[in-house]
Amino acid sequence: MSDTGGPRRTRPPLFLERRSYRRRRLIDAARLLPVLGLMLWLVPLLWGIGGRTVSASGAGIYIFAIWVLLILAAAVFAITLGRSAGSAREVDPETRAEEERPPW
Amino acid sequence: MVTLNTLAAFALAYVGLLFGVAFVAERAARRGRGRWLRAPLVYTLSLSIYCTAWTFYGAVGSAVRTGFEYLTIYLGPSLVMIGWWWVLRKLVLVGRSQRITSVADLISSRYGKSNLLGVGVTILALVGTTPYIALQLQSVTLSVGVFAHPGEAREAGDATALYVAMGLALFTVIFGTRNLDANERHHGVVMAIAVESVVKLTALLAVGVFVTWGVMGGIGGTLERIDASELGQVRMDGGRWVGLTLLSGMALLCLPRMFQVMVVENDSDAQLRVASWAFPLYLMLMSLFIVPIAVAGLELLPAGANPDLFVLTVPLSQGQDALAVLSFLGGFSSATSMVIVAAIAVSTMVSNHIVMPLWLRTRGPGASVSGDVRDVVMLSRRLSIIGVLLLGYLYYRTSGGGAALATIGLVSFVGISQVLPAMLGGLFWRGATHVGALAGLTVGFVLWLYTLFLPSFGEGVILPRAVFDAGLFGLGWLRPHALFGLEGLDPLMHALMWSIALNAVTFFAASLVSFPSPLERLQGAQFVSIELTPGPTRSWSGGPAEVEDLMIMTQRILGAGEAQALFAAEARRQGLEGNLPDPSPDFLETLERKLSGSVGAATAHAMVGQIVGGMSVSVEDLMAVADETAQMMEYSARLEAQSKELARTAAQLRSANDKLTRLSVQKDAFLSQISHELRTPMTSIRAFSEILRDGEGLSAEAASKYASIIHDEALRLTRLLDDLLDLSVLENGQVSLNVRSGLLSELLDRAIASARSDEDGQALRILRDPAAERVWISTDLDRLAQVFINLVSNARKYCDAPVPELRIRVGQAGGRLTVDFIDNGSGIAAEARDVIFEKFARVSDREAGGAGLGLAISRQIVTRLGGEISYLADEAGAAFRIELPLDIAMAAR
Repeated sequence: MSDTGGPRRTRPPLFLERRSYRRRRLIDAARLLPVLGLMLWLVPLLWGIGGRTVSASGAGIYIFAIWVLLILAAAVFAITLGRSAGSAREVDPETRAEEERPPW
Repeated sequence: MVTLNTLAAFALAYVGLLFGVAFVAERAARRGRGRWLRAPLVYTLSLSIYCTAWTFYGAVGSAVRTGFEYLTIYLGPSLVMIGWWWVLRKLVLVGRSQRITSVADLISSRYGKSNLLGVGVTILALVGTTPYIALQLQSVTLSVGVFAHPGEAREAGDATALYVAMGLALFTVIFGTRNLDANERHHGVVMAIAVESVVKLTALLAVGVFVTWGVMGGIGGTLERIDASELGQVRMDGGRWVGLTLLSGMALLCLPRMFQVMVVENDSDAQLRVASWAFPLYLMLMSLFIVPIAVAGLELLPAGANPDLFVLTVPLSQGQDALAVLSFLGGFSSATSMVIVAAIAVSTMVSNHIVMPLWLRTRGPGASVSGDVRDVVMLSRRLSIIGVLLLGYLYYRTSGGGAALATIGLVSFVGISQVLPAMLGGLFWRGATHVGALAGLTVGFVLWLYTLFLPSFGEGVILPRAVFDAGLFGLGWLRPHALFGLEGLDPLMHALMWSIALNAVTFFAASLVSFPSPLERLQGAQFVSIELTPGPTRSWSGGPAEVEDLMIMTQRILGAGEAQALFAAEARRQGLEGNLPDPSPDFLETLERKLSGSVGAATAHAMVGQIVGGMSVSVEDLMAVADETAQMMEYSARLEAQSKELARTAAQLRSANDKLTRLSVQKDAFLSQISHELRTPMTSIRAFSEILRDGEGLSAEAASKYASIIHDEALRLTRLLDDLLDLSVLENGQVSLNVRSGLLSELLDRAIASARSDEDGQALRILRDPAAERVWISTDLDRLAQVFINLVSNARKYCDAPVPELRIRVGQAGGRLTVDFIDNGSGIAAEARDVIFEKFARVSDREAGGAGLGLAISRQIVTRLGGEISYLADEAGAAFRIELPLDIAMAAR
């Protein structure tokens, strides 16, 4: 029905050219980054288990180090994506064809 | 020592600077020189209104009380920003393409432009934001109080709050309502808060650097002193760590002020892309020196000093007045920028979802064309801003600025996060419905009120102490801090878990069981697949809209110039003369979207609907469309069947036509044959009769010969005519049978005798089987005899054997009598066999004197007698079989 709302598109292509492919993998990485960050930031939950203690300075350095790394990674992804957005057509990650395969 | 007056002077100068920045930015934007205003950096800095005075001052206090827990407030948003590909990108896309003006507008627009939902979210936002504004006023008051001499603090505090509120109202009214289109960027405001965020970051970093290097002796010393301090051991409450991280992440998406700067003021993907890493960086820098400042405060200041003000009091205690003033300006910036944007965001909601619909309703039908909506929208938005700030101030005054206010930050976060299920559901799930969103929001809102907001005022303030101990109505499982008997939870986490969980479950369940309206489904499809279909929703089916009325209404909302330009552009696009376009569905859609930027989706929809006359898409329309499709399919199936039938009929007609053509050819052949047959004897009769008439010297012998020729020819003519008549009678079925009984053998005797009567020359030998011939038959014996005579004489005439003979074989098989006439000639050529029974069909070239009617007549007779005559192809010579039903024969016995 909404399918009547929008004209049915032709199926997305099975294979992508190399640049679009790279771009999509980059988006995948960008999507995974917060998951990784969350996991690393959940490590503090394990501190203090079994009566052992962690020094505040060590804890602070750990949390901020992750922060800096995440920011750096996000900046790299964002800048690379920004460059490829100029050259490659804006791809849509939601319609990514499941049948998409690497272009070997 | 800085006096209050000096401080006031600094503050006023700073405010003057902000007004100037905003003014310059507006002017630059108006003159089209505002590219730098759209820079991703400005966008990122504007996002930093997330860091309010509550976080500017409160983070240090939080660090003193709970260690690293203060970080969660920054970690959550960092993760959401870094993961912008998940939610933010889509949110921003939807916001841009649907011209969303606020969170309430987003929810209302997604769920069928329902104003009820818009009102719900507005109330939620108002309830959640008002205490937060009060909190900002309190922080400014407290920070002023630090500089005040004992005694004048209280008095100065109240005045400060009022002045700050009034100043902010003025600024927001001036720069927050410059454009009517709330979806357009507020360049002045954005630029001012960008400057403010630079100030607050600089201030906090300056204090941090001073503490780290000026007080603690560098990084190494700072780390040592941190470990040696009260905060040296990590005290981690795991539940709160996770819960607050999630909560702050959710709040980033839902907070009205964040939505305003992040989605409404957004221009491009590039802004978001840069902010995805730059904003976490900002947050990281904001939180970097919190712990050192906290440790320094604990060391340097006397026990009992308010840790929430360490950012101010630590520099002051070290005699760094300038640093303290900078720090004050940082806190002031945090407070004012938050209040300005929150006031804009909430006032847009209040104006679009509460004031405008009410105003429209009071004006009754036709309101849209009478009265100046443009001014009303502006006025309502300005009044809303003043109202929101007034509410905040009153809240601050009535709550007394106590500790209750300090906890309101997180309480407000939980409250506004109730929008999240409906928001995410609306963005990613097409099955999310209006009913589900309303139910989820209601459940979440009520639970939040009961378990967190009302209890946050303290036991016995709003909720009686008995409710805390024994539960509502004495029901133990309804205790606000132990809902459903789940005790021992942190009140905040308890409320967060129950409200969000039940909100989401209710939203989901109610969505599953309810059915969305057509407009809602269209909007849902738009929102969920925004990247695929950036085009507008077709919710207008077009109709007899008065384009003049639309024009008048649009003029009153957008202003005459802009409205005329819009209409003229559309008219040009439609290729029409003049400035009034046709009210096509596309145009109505564009218009509604344009208006929704000013008055919100629900109001714009209602206003266009008033003029167009409710031509908005309805279930019936959708069903009609479906019906049409079904009818088309049925129709095409019918057409297909008909065309098949036509093809069949055409084939039949073609074969009938072929037959007719053949018959016509046959008829022509018959006519030419018959005239030929008639003319031949006629010619000789005429010739000889002329000779007789004119021949005087004719001998008697010759005359007699000629006369006999004439006689013979006349006989032949008669015979031919008899035959023709006979055939005609037979073919027309007019013959009456004279049925008699007789022996087949006698009949054959008679026929052979008759056939041989004129025999001359070589005699035909006839072989017979007298025993088999002793069969009684009961039929028209004369007619049958005629057939036999014909067959015998044919054999006599055409048998080309040296010694011609004819065998007559009689048999009985299968209740039928068969009489075969088989000669020993060469038979009839295979290709001629199927025409021998036709009229005038003569197979041999030999002149045998017949007209070619014999077999045709025979066949007619046999058929009349109920039998059948056929040519036997498997015999050596010409062989004919006559089959008669035997009961005719037996009956005679």
